[in-house]
Amino acid sequence: MDTHLLSIITFVPAFAALILAVFLRGDDAAAGRNAKWLAFITTTVTFVISLFVLFEFDPSNTDFQFVDEADWLLGLKYRLGVDGISILFVMLTTFMMPLVIAASWNVEHRVKEYMIAFLLLETLMLGVFMALDLVLFYLFFEAGLIPMFLIIGIWGGKERIYASFKFFLYTFLGSVLMLVAMVAMFTEAGTTCIGGCEISLLTHNFASDNFELLGIQIIGGMQTLMFLAFFASFAVKMPMWPVHTWLPDAHVQAPTAGSVVLAAILLKMGGYGFLRFSLPMFPVGSEVLTPLILWMSAIAIVYTSLVALVQQDMKKLIAYSSVAHMGFVTMGIFAANQQGVDGAIFQMISHGFISAALFLCVGVIYDRMHTRDIDAYGGLVNRMPAYALIFLLFTMANVGLPGTSGFVGEFLTLMGTFQVNTWVAAVAATGVILSAGYALWLYRRVVMGDLIKESLKAITDMTPREKWIFAPLVVMTLLLGVYPALVLDMIGPSVTALVENYDMALEAADTAVQTADASH
Amino acid sequence: METTILFAPLVGAILCGFGWKLIGEKAAQWIATGLLFLVAFLSWVVFLTLDGPTEQIQILRFIESGTLSTDWAIRMDRLTAIMLIVITTVSSLVHLYSFGYMAHDENFRDNESYRPRFFAYLSFFTFAMLMLVTADNLVQMFFGWEGVGVASYLLIGFYFRKPSANAAAIKAFVVNRVGDFGFLLGIFGLYMLTDSIRFDDIFAAAPDLAEQSVTFLWNDWNAANLIAFLLFVGAMGKSAQLFLHTWLPDAMEGPTPVSALIHAATMVTAGVFLVCRMSPVMEFAPEAMAFVTVIGATTAFVAATIGLVQTDIKRVIAYSTMSQLGYMFVAAGVGMYSAAMFHLFTHAFFKAMLFLGAGSVIHAMHHEQDMTNYGGLRKKIPYTFWAMMIGTLAITGVGIPLTHIGFAGFLSKDAIIESAWGGGSMYGFWMLVIAAAMTSFYSWRLMFLTFFGKPRGNKHTHEHAHESPMVMLVPLGVLALGSVFAGMVWYGSFFGHADEVGEFYGIPMAEMAADGDAHVEGAEDDHGATGPVDGDEGAGALVEGHQDASAAHESFGGAPGEGALYFGPDNHVLDDAHAAPVWVKVSPFIAMLAGLLMALWFYIWSPTVPGRLAANQRPLYLFLKNKWYFDEVYDVIFVRPAKTIGRFLWKRGDGNVIDGTLNGLAMGIIPFFTRLAGKAQSGYVFTYAFAMVIGIAVLVTWMTMSGGAN
Repeated sequence: MDTHLLSIITFVPAFAALILAVFLRGDDAAAGRNAKWLAFITTTVTFVISLFVLFEFDPSNTDFQFVDEADWLLGLKYRLGVDGISILFVMLTTFMMPLVIAASWNVEHRVKEYMIAFLLLETLMLGVFMALDLVLFYLFFEAGLIPMFLIIGIWGGKERIYASFKFFLYTFLGSVLMLVAMVAMFTEAGTTCIGGCEISLLTHNFASDNFELLGIQIIGGMQTLMFLAFFASFAVKMPMWPVHTWLPDAHVQAPTAGSVVLAAILLKMGGYGFLRFSLPMFPVGSEVLTPLILWMSAIAIVYTSLVALVQQDMKKLIAYSSVAHMGFVTMGIFAANQQGVDGAIFQMISHGFISAALFLCVGVIYDRMHTRDIDAYGGLVNRMPAYALIFLLFTMANVGLPGTSGFVGEFLTLMGTFQVNTWVAAVAATGVILSAGYALWLYRRVVMGDLIKESLKAITDMTPREKWIFAPLVVMTLLLGVYPALVLDMIGPSVTALVENYDMALEAADTAVQTADASH
Repeated sequence: METTILFAPLVGAILCGFGWKLIGEKAAQWIATGLLFLVAFLSWVVFLTLDGPTEQIQILRFIESGTLSTDWAIRMDRLTAIMLIVITTVSSLVHLYSFGYMAHDENFRDNESYRPRFFAYLSFFTFAMLMLVTADNLVQMFFGWEGVGVASYLLIGFYFRKPSANAAAIKAFVVNRVGDFGFLLGIFGLYMLTDSIRFDDIFAAAPDLAEQSVTFLWNDWNAANLIAFLLFVGAMGKSAQLFLHTWLPDAMEGPTPVSALIHAATMVTAGVFLVCRMSPVMEFAPEAMAFVTVIGATTAFVAATIGLVQTDIKRVIAYSTMSQLGYMFVAAGVGMYSAAMFHLFTHAFFKAMLFLGAGSVIHAMHHEQDMTNYGGLRKKIPYTFWAMMIGTLAITGVGIPLTHIGFAGFLSKDAIIESAWGGGSMYGFWMLVIAAAMTSFYSWRLMFLTFFGKPRGNKHTHEHAHESPMVMLVPLGVLALGSVFAGMVWYGSFFGHADEVGEFYGIPMAEMAADGDAHVEGAEDDHGATGPVDGDEGAGALVEGHQDASAAHESFGGAPGEGALYFGPDNHVLDDAHAAPVWVKVSPFIAMLAGLLMALWFYIWSPTVPGRLAANQRPLYLFLKNKWYFDEVYDVIFVRPAKTIGRFLWKRGDGNVIDGTLNGLAMGIIPFFTRLAGKAQSGYVFTYAFAMVIGIAVLVTWMTMSGGAN
């Protein structure tokens, strides 16, 4: 397919950012309004174009589609493409961005720069999900954090310095290790092409012979080491327990729109990375570390759910709940069967809508009261019935109620995991109880009860603009909950191929080991 | 028609929830109620005309992933049909009743429109409940299961200004989730073992489950037993069985019509329905079934003891409900699913009526719920009194012993107690008989305290006590009919001769050739000894062929899943129950009389006895009054530790250990970076960007040097 559609989608936002930077002058309200409208229109147009890709996409074909290829600097290749695993992340990004911009309508401070940051961020995030070349991926993956640092650092709350520093430190350590692994990969495979080329990283069999390093027997050899290096980066991004502590701080300090992007899209880069790199490229390494990761996921679910139970800050609570939900994702991915991986992708998409909506819910009342402290609220239903309804819907979705998209992901990941390890599945399933506890308790403290506090007596219900931002999220959450085939049909064949390749690779590695043993 | 039944309540709910602003409050409520009555009518049509094999109606695809394939679909068989009439009948009457009950509510201000919201929740609940019972696979059932949970959560917390209501709502949801935890694991286990979660596939594979063993957690288990146990844990939550029951009494915080519909007649029986629905699996899981029996019997007993001393009228009925659910589980546990469904069916009528009657009393008494402030109300509210009287006669099991004439509860409760005997569970039998005496005692105690004696409490309230409006009395009348006749009319279908029951549920009949009864086989040569028989014709032929033969010579046959229920070849509980000795059959009646006499003595003849007894036996009294201290114990061993651990993990785990390590690391690095880039905040960004560029440079250099980026 010879088309530049993907490149257009990717770079339209960046182009708009450039226009803003170069042509928009002035610091007054009019300039701010222009910047907002330009950003909103651009992201909407990007979404509409991406719909063409979605409708033209052939789910039954597990190859990369819409591949866009060009030579680039220094003999490097520029390659973009989507398959069943990445397309929905692209759609999630383009879908969320207009909402994010609309949610930023109240921003007054340095509007132009704010919009530029978000537009650039969109380009970079889309690039991550589409890049088919290792260098390109690295570039998008790492550069994507820069706008996010700026968003937290400039438009964030009081403790923004500490938060962005923490964020930085974690991701930086991960990046260094990933870079080393990338060099090693290139050295061994001789290509930077991720997939769809004659020789590509996805089809290359990375060495998995055991060897000894510093007196330690490395089972799975190079694959295990490379896996660990990538793991360092993706685990931080997810984030997985115990490298999750940057997330609550980042969320708390980020402006509402920043939190939305962070939760809805940026966290998904880790999960996507596991599916694009770790599982298919290092199957032996994955298998070696699977028990560890499954247990880390189960611990994450229980641990962060318990921590969420005692939070006083709404955003922190939701952030911890995000970590728990990402635990289901990693668990599903490393269950490495159809249900597990299907569920993991579904959970990521669904969490994109739900967590975004929850952070927006916090944003709605934060805009009015300028506090995230749960104790400062109570009885909002008395004056904000529409808000109470929306918040309830997403609370229930967060709890994983069947009929909302939150259920399908949890259900499938748990089901997939149960077939691999009943202990992990049983421990993780307690998250079903705990999530009900913290989510409903939050809802009770904020929304239910009589409205006694003087400060809340004049609070107003959601404006039409706010309602319109939630509308698409409501639709998606319910639609995917009732008819999950919309997602599962898109990803099914690609996931099947992924799981089959994984199993075959493990079998091949097994036979290789046996033959080697036999020849001794 | 089935699809209409399923979705009409949803339409009503949406209209009431969102459309009332357009069409007006009253119109929306009437449309929702009208739809419910239509649905109830259709359900009765379905119930009365049902025959032939199980029907399945596909609606929409649901979760499909690999070999997992589920649809939104309706499974229509006898079990579904029974539940349909129970749900829609009670629900439509409760809708009607709510017009009166919810007309004026002091919990809301004058200009607040809470009524459409209430009706929307009721209709939504009905939809979810119908989803649950019509499901043809476990995921859809789980959808309904959770849907009713949410509806219950919303309705318990309907008085959102009351902190106690909000707390009760959360408790109900979370405790149910504990049950759901087991339910979910059961579903996963079934998928792992049978590669499907559709009922047809599961039932077909059920006999194999009994042979398989499966590794779950620390042990190898028999597959059928494990699955049955896990699913039952789900049922325990929803049906408020012992250990997961603490939410039900608190759920009485909701408006009374809700208690009648959700927490008496329908939702809480979902667990019983689940066990009956899974009868093909349960039949192969003897240990799990024994567990079901023990839990059911113990629940029936414990709940009854607590009911003896409660003074809140709704709580008494709530514990009574819990106790009666225990009865149903005993029946299911000994393998007499049909008796469980029978009691479920009759209980729905008389318990809904008791609750609605209690609602009428509460309504009359200006929301006073404490029975110690009632007394002598039978003259003030005569219709309510007679309705409650019929309900009490039904629940205590009044009837003519050794005949099939009596109130609904008489027939169904006796059926269960005889089944417990027939099923060989002596524990179950005795617990239920004792519980029957206590049931009679606390039910009559309620009647005597409320309607007899002298008025107690606030004089003003008593003077203004008034009979409820017609919209509230009509539902009571209809339910009274059910409480009187439901048992007698359907006794044969639920608990009659095996062939009658078999025909009702569409279960093929088989001969018991193996039991040394071969001598009668000759008589039935005309239609073959074991051939499955379906429909009226075959069943009719059977009845004919058996006219002279005793019922003991025939039993249920067919493969698992062929009828709405499955009875294994070794399940002779029905026959054994029928053959129970006379003293067994009259024991519940005697227990009932004993309870009645005790109540008369305590509350009519010498009303000072209860007070003296409570003083004499203070520890026992407090133990019962405080509900065996379940709430207190759970608070100490679950709720508080969860928060303590949460706080510990947060402050120590996240704070000290993880961030502590990080900060230690950072102290070394920060000064370096800040020096490098000046201002801290932008410093990180520049450092980061710088590092990234270096990274890219390294990558590219490496590639060019090793000479082959292409």
